[in-house]
Amino acid sequence: MTESVVNADGEGQDATRRDFIHIAAGAAAVGAGAMVAWPLINQMNPSADTLALSTIEFDLTKVQEGQQVVIKWQGKPVFVRYRTAAEIEAARSTPLGDLKDPQADAERVVEGHEQYLVLVGSCTHLGCVPTFGTGDYGGWFCPCHGSHYDTSGRIRKGPAPTNLVVPEYEYLTDSRVRIG
Amino acid sequence: MSEHESTYVPKTGFERWMDSRLPIIRFGADYMSLPTPKNLNYWYTFGAILAVCLVTQILTGVVLAMHYVPNVDLAFASVERIMRDVNGGWLIRYVHANGASMFFIAVYIHMLRGLYYGSYKAPREMIWIVGCVIFFLLIATAFLGYVLPWGQMSFHGAVVITNLIGSVPVVGGPILTWLQGGPSIDNATLNRFFSLHYLLPFVIAGCVVLHLWALHHAGQNNPVGILIPKDRLAKDTVPFHPYYTVKDGFAIVLFLILFAVFVFYMPNALGHADNYIPANPLVTPAHIVPEWYLLPFYAILRAIPDKFGGVLAMGGAIAVLFILPWLDTSKVRSMRYRPQMRTQFIIFVLVCLGLGWCGAQLPDAPVVPGMPSFQLFDGQLNSYLWLTRLFTAYYFVFFLVLMPWLGLKETPRPVPLSISEPVLSGGDALPAGAAAQAEKKG
Repeated sequence: MTESVVNADGEGQDATRRDFIHIAAGAAAVGAGAMVAWPLINQMNPSADTLALSTIEFDLTKVQEGQQVVIKWQGKPVFVRYRTAAEIEAARSTPLGDLKDPQADAERVVEGHEQYLVLVGSCTHLGCVPTFGTGDYGGWFCPCHGSHYDTSGRIRKGPAPTNLVVPEYEYLTDSRVRIG
Repeated sequence: MSEHESTYVPKTGFERWMDSRLPIIRFGADYMSLPTPKNLNYWYTFGAILAVCLVTQILTGVVLAMHYVPNVDLAFASVERIMRDVNGGWLIRYVHANGASMFFIAVYIHMLRGLYYGSYKAPREMIWIVGCVIFFLLIATAFLGYVLPWGQMSFHGAVVITNLIGSVPVVGGPILTWLQGGPSIDNATLNRFFSLHYLLPFVIAGCVVLHLWALHHAGQNNPVGILIPKDRLAKDTVPFHPYYTVKDGFAIVLFLILFAVFVFYMPNALGHADNYIPANPLVTPAHIVPEWYLLPFYAILRAIPDKFGGVLAMGGAIAVLFILPWLDTSKVRSMRYRPQMRTQFIIFVLVCLGLGWCGAQLPDAPVVPGMPSFQLFDGQLNSYLWLTRLFTAYYFVFFLVLMPWLGLKETPRPVPLSISEPVLSGGDALPAGAAAQAEKKG
């Protein structure tokens, strides 16, 4: 009944056409707003020159056994560590059940180059740079919030959720790697 | 109190001309004649003190921006140039840097005053909520500003705080990259932080206008916490000027003395020596802590063993303030008449100070050196980790449990019918000590 009253004088039909115009105009305004906003938001994403600095090469002969060299890649530190036999043994003999983020040592190095461990030197908790040799597990210790990593860079204790990240890298020759 | 009759009468021809076109003189005059509760104590002067802080920060900030260079290679040196070579630059920078600390001292007292006297309760919820927005913007602005000198603490503080956002599941990573403008904190980050650090104080200023609009619409609270009945308006209020312009002015002078002591005698007391070392992305300072005013929130972050959980708890510690008007179930505003809540309030203040203290300590360090302890889950019981957790638990219990529960359970003391009554009636509605104590606190 009420519907027929609304439509009785014909105004109802005009109203529906007007409603359509209102909705269409509103939708166009929202779409236009989004299109204006997008370049303003997107400009904050990494620029072309930042993205261009994505790979770095490193000569492994610069690292002596038991040493660690820190290089800068994409603004972040990368640890290149020449591990001693004892450290490799410690990493391999750790049962996976003891790990918070279980990963075998073999998955974190390149076969035939087990002595070289390449890691992104950012604590997976909040990005501080861990230091070597002060942790409880023979590896790295993050001074910010107390995360301990072992000789394979795996998280053992503390608030960090995952192991230190192994970046993508490949051996160009036996003594030269390209990271990124 | 709200929408009071305008008593302004334009006197000169110019004033009459202005009054019919842009009644800005009337606006100012009405503000000065605003009926204000006559019992406001010195805790109520921190609003004016905060206005002084904001103006100080904007003025010194605009001037510093004339000399500062937002570039990773030049930022640190440009700040040192301000300190050494720019005429009076050291003074302007020290005022700006210590001004941030002064701002937070004042804002924390201002917030605790609102909490104590129930200034967040109906009809003043929007004053409180806009105030919470201002507090959040203040934290953001202070953080962005701390990054600009590009010292070691600046850089690694920025790394840690932006990584908090990266812990959000699924979208965290892309948002982090978007925020940093690259895979790590670098020049792009510094540039945008500078831009936002310049912008946000003006957003804060806009919010302050809303804060005051809401304040004058809903009416000023007072230490007794009652709404002033219409028929008592003439007796229980005084015009804002000269009564509170003078009271606020006196408090501002005292506050500026404290400010000056820091600027002139201990300008680096509240900072960290590490921030005078240029930023080095390859080495994190051994003990990284935020500025003192963020320590309680930093402590809450560290109390939770899970990364995202810690971020949620820290965010929750601020978010809970926004819903406070609906958590408090008591009909009585002022804690003067709520003895149990008042005790909890004192504990709450001590817990906040305790959280700040814990935030500056290493989590594994023992609270009482040498005291025997045992391992409880992931840490020694006698460690700052567990003390922080105790305090964090109380912080949330205070808002989420005590506020709703005590409000229903507690029998408040009789609340006076007017704000003159406790003074004039010899204090049978209120023990003589309570009024005297409020004076002492002022």
